[in-house]
Amino acid sequence: MTPVTPALVERARQRLLRMHFDSGVGHIGGNLSCLDALLVVFHECLGERDRFILSKGHAAGALYVTLWTLGRLDDAALATFHKDATLLPGHPPCGGHADIPFATGSLGHGLSLAAGTALGEHLQRRDTRVICLTSDGEWQEGSTWEALIFACHHRLEQLTILVDHNRLQGFGSTEEVASMSPLWTRLQGFDVDLQVVDGHDAEALRQALAQPPAGRPRLVVMNTIKGHGVPFMENRMEWHYLPLTPELFASLPTTGDAA
Amino acid sequence: MRKAFCDAMVARGQDERFVFLTGDLGFMALEPLKAAIGERFINAGVAEQNMVSVAAAMCLTGLDTWVYSIAPFCTARPFEQIRNDVALHGLPVRIVGNGGGYGYGVMGPTHHAIEDYGSLLTLTGLQACIPAFDEDVGEAVRQLADLPAPVYLRLGRGEGPAGYVAPPFQPWRQLLDGQGPVMVVAGPLVGPLLAPLMALPEARRPRVWVVGMLPIEQHLPPPALLAQLASAGALLTVEEHVARGSMASELVLHLAARGLVPPRFQALHARAARYEHYGSQHWLREQSGLDPRAVLAALQSLEPSPSESP
Repeated sequence: MTPVTPALVERARQRLLRMHFDSGVGHIGGNLSCLDALLVVFHECLGERDRFILSKGHAAGALYVTLWTLGRLDDAALATFHKDATLLPGHPPCGGHADIPFATGSLGHGLSLAAGTALGEHLQRRDTRVICLTSDGEWQEGSTWEALIFACHHRLEQLTILVDHNRLQGFGSTEEVASMSPLWTRLQGFDVDLQVVDGHDAEALRQALAQPPAGRPRLVVMNTIKGHGVPFMENRMEWHYLPLTPELFASLPTTGDAA
Repeated sequence: MRKAFCDAMVARGQDERFVFLTGDLGFMALEPLKAAIGERFINAGVAEQNMVSVAAAMCLTGLDTWVYSIAPFCTARPFEQIRNDVALHGLPVRIVGNGGGYGYGVMGPTHHAIEDYGSLLTLTGLQACIPAFDEDVGEAVRQLADLPAPVYLRLGRGEGPAGYVAPPFQPWRQLLDGQGPVMVVAGPLVGPLLAPLMALPEARRPRVWVVGMLPIEQHLPPPALLAQLASAGALLTVEEHVARGSMASELVLHLAARGLVPPRFQALHARAARYEHYGSQHWLREQSGLDPRAVLAALQSLEPSPSESP
């Protein structure tokens, strides 16, 4: 396990932007909002048997780039992102990579899959940690609440639920579309170990994830910024969808090592 | 079939890898299973979407995972969870729907399952198992044991004639022989048809087959059935399922690709989908033309015209 440094975050961000630019695809904003968390999860939390499930499948790019920072995907693989005959489609595939247990992308599935993984491992007396990343808009899906009820009822303490609370979804802000604001007060009513952190503060994430099991699921609401780290994208809904133009890509600062 | 199913699950539950999830159903039926397997009996509550995804994930951890509810609740409601989380990943989750067809009769249309196997069989790799008699269930469960594929098990009510002993469960079984049309029935609907068909003279009695596994492409009609089709020149299919996605449509597609569709063909299927009145399974079968009288009339209509008679 290696600590996540600002340099690593920047390197990953540059690689993510380049990958999306090369493939001409969007969903960049919601990838950037959760990139810090993915780096901390994969570099500092997950052991060999532990599992991560990306419920917000549209952040597949951030997952692929995180695996790239660990050497589990190479540049040749990233170069196929979103292209014909790729193993790295716009949402996580099934059977394509050992670190991706489930194809996700239709919202509202991942938390159930994570709960089932946690309970299945527990029944087989294996000490497996399961971390699931949801979006905030995804909490409009009824099945996500079904999963939360189930996880709490079974006191799945080996399950950690991360919420990427960037407050912007597909066609408006979460407040405009179906407000549950403030989200954590809704979640407080459940028997979870609730924590609210700055999702771009690696130390805060580290501390939240490193707490010992509390006899119930851990739920970390991460306050994040859509498009984080790219000023013209930050907190702008259109970066849920837009690809980078050559002009905008050329305007980005580069670190030089994001191949 | 619920008692036979519970017995089969208790037997299977001796394996520590076995887990059983129910969507809060099984009162007065599954208590022995709950007692037998303890923490591996999971009442997932009234939350079928979550239950199916949980089951998919538990299966991926290495468990032998069974999911149970009333048929439409565990097929129609969580269809996307079956599609994405079970079938896309080829996970051998067993989805058990009780009350297939009009099994819940007068409970109302929300509880009927007449589009279940047709819709599920559109999913990659999924197979459906439809026992016809109570005594089929144990053997069917045993045969499913090593099937490396998702399975939908449609349970109904076994209604064979008193004293009737069916041959052991197989994907295809011939239950009656005669010189009439070939008749293919899906599942327990065959039970109440047997006695009136047995009473027919041999010259008019159909050659009755019951199909217990779908899709057809993975459970091909046996050569004996194909030979009978060629000599009979007539086929009648009967099933408690709507025409779209039906066993009949699969079977005829299979036969057509091989030039084996007989000259005379009729498909009887569930029709009581536009409900004005409700009733028992027996009554709803009558409304759909799936009762013995309607089947006998259909068989008569398939008899060769005098000019075709030998």
